[in-house]
Amino acid sequence: MAAIEIRNAVKIYQDQQRKRDLLALDTVNLTVEKNDFLCLLGPSGCGKSTLLNMIAGFESVSSGEILVDGKPVTGPGADRGMVFQQPTLMPWLTVWENIAFHLKLRGVHKAARREEAQLYIDMVGLTGFENHYPNELSGGMASRVGIARALLLNPAVILMDEPFAALDAQTRMDMQEELVAIWQKHQGTVVFVTHSVEEALVLGTKIAVMSCRPGRLGELIPLDLPYPRDITEAAFNDRKRHILARFKAEADKARKSAAA
Amino acid sequence: MLHLIRRGERLVVPFLLIIGWEIFSRSGLLPAALLPAPSIVLHSWADWAFAIDGSSQTYSGHWLSDALASCLRVLTGYAIATASGVLLGIAIGWWRWVERTIEPTVQMIRPIPPVSWIPLAIIWFGIADKPAIFLVFLGAFFPILLNTIHGVKTSDRNLIRAAAMMGATEQQMLRQVIFPAALPSIMAGLRIGIGSAWMLTVTAEMVAVKSGIGYVLWDSYYFLRYDLVLAAMVSIGLLGYGTDLLLKLLMQSTLRWQRGQTVQGR
Ligand SMILES: Nc1ncnc2c1ncn2[C@@H]1O[C@H](COP(=O)(O)OP(=O)(O)O)[C@@H](O)[C@H]1O
Ligand SMILES: [Mg+2]
Repeated sequence: MAAIEIRNAVKIYQDQQRKRDLLALDTVNLTVEKNDFLCLLGPSGCGKSTLLNMIAGFESVSSGEILVDGKPVTGPGADRGMVFQQPTLMPWLTVWENIAFHLKLRGVHKAARREEAQLYIDMVGLTGFENHYPNELSGGMASRVGIARALLLNPAVILMDEPFAALDAQTRMDMQEELVAIWQKHQGTVVFVTHSVEEALVLGTKIAVMSCRPGRLGELIPLDLPYPRDITEAAFNDRKRHILARFKAEADKARKSAAA
Repeated sequence: MLHLIRRGERLVVPFLLIIGWEIFSRSGLLPAALLPAPSIVLHSWADWAFAIDGSSQTYSGHWLSDALASCLRVLTGYAIATASGVLLGIAIGWWRWVERTIEPTVQMIRPIPPVSWIPLAIIWFGIADKPAIFLVFLGAFFPILLNTIHGVKTSDRNLIRAAAMMGATEQQMLRQVIFPAALPSIMAGLRIGIGSAWMLTVTAEMVAVKSGIGYVLWDSYYFLRYDLVLAAMVSIGLLGYGTDLLLKLLMQSTLRWQRGQTVQGR
């Protein structure tokens, strides 16, 4: 059984202020297999977040259906871990309490929560910052907390919405490397949204390029390059040229339709 | 050393005020009975508190029980206002239907000054603690309620999404996400509320109750004891300052996570 199965999903936003409907996603079909690392690549405004939010259950589908692990999505739940673009940590909880928040909701005792949180704190390299509050963390550290929090759910799929977009280049590269290492070690299905061709190429086992206005999904492009990927390698640049060409065409189309 | 100087800073202005007042009172520009010098006020106050020479007559030695009576009214009314203001505020902020059904009524009652309830409060509750507690409640309730509603409404939607993603039920969402997210705003409401609470206790004691510091204040006015009027005023100021200080400490310990994030933390 596929990890995620999207069948003819359409999303129409009702724009209350302008009394106009917006077709954000048009008949999206997608199958994500178990242990895929799928990168959804597209220019901004083409419906990447919308698609991810529908898988997460934050937005409903206007028609069509989305199945996760064979079951239709009806709302948010801990079987799908989400890493948001902004870290969205509870500012009143410390790092470890943020990471273990799910366990608190389930009524797990403090000692057990603390112990389990430590596993994930060590995994994302935050050892020593357990008792810091979010406002005392750098952007990269806050992202790590967001990732650890999603990992602790031990979800069937992890959904990531441009989690590294706000980081500086060096931190972003480190985070990408660590994410791949964690994913290789623990396996699991990842859907990773990005508007950066390079990021998609560094991370994914498959890439889907989205087209704009309305958002549509192109076919899946498999990437069989070994990890960690060398961005200077000839094979890497081959793929990059190929995907960049498609991406450019979509981005141009998006710009034109926005101007029209 | 620097620390001691800092502590001393806050005493400079009151000290200068008192010196100026003492000099002015003794200068004879006004009849001494109309503006008693601080030294006289202090003397009467000492008698009111410790019964040193009976100069405050029937109040001699009663300060503590008067202060306690006032504090108790403030505390009771304020506690009821806090509990109901926070609960109702969260409900109005969170559920649309509660907002639609209850908020218009609340907003209509709010502009009525709490003191204008005094006649009804006396008719309903008689001359005792209850009308004062009722007034304190009215005064503290609205700022707490409005600030709670504001805090809930402005809490980050993404935090709610994050909690839903981690499997929070609605009740958990309210207790563990919405309430802490609204807490800074609730605390601001609590501090405004404590000010109104003292104001209304004293007002109520002046007209509807026969004990407490407000009562002593008004009664002394009838007997032309302006030294006691002033002693009562200063007492109210100090008690109000003390309760606000307690709230501030509570705020600092519960909002520890805001440290270094706001201007306050400088
Ligand atoms: N809640 C919403 N209501 C109305 N329109 C929306 C809403 N969310 C997104 N949109 C619109 O849908 C389109 C896709 O948005 P989004 O999914 O955020 O794109 P992306 O994540 O690829 O940048 C945009 O044109 C955006 O303006
Ligand atoms: Mg987006």
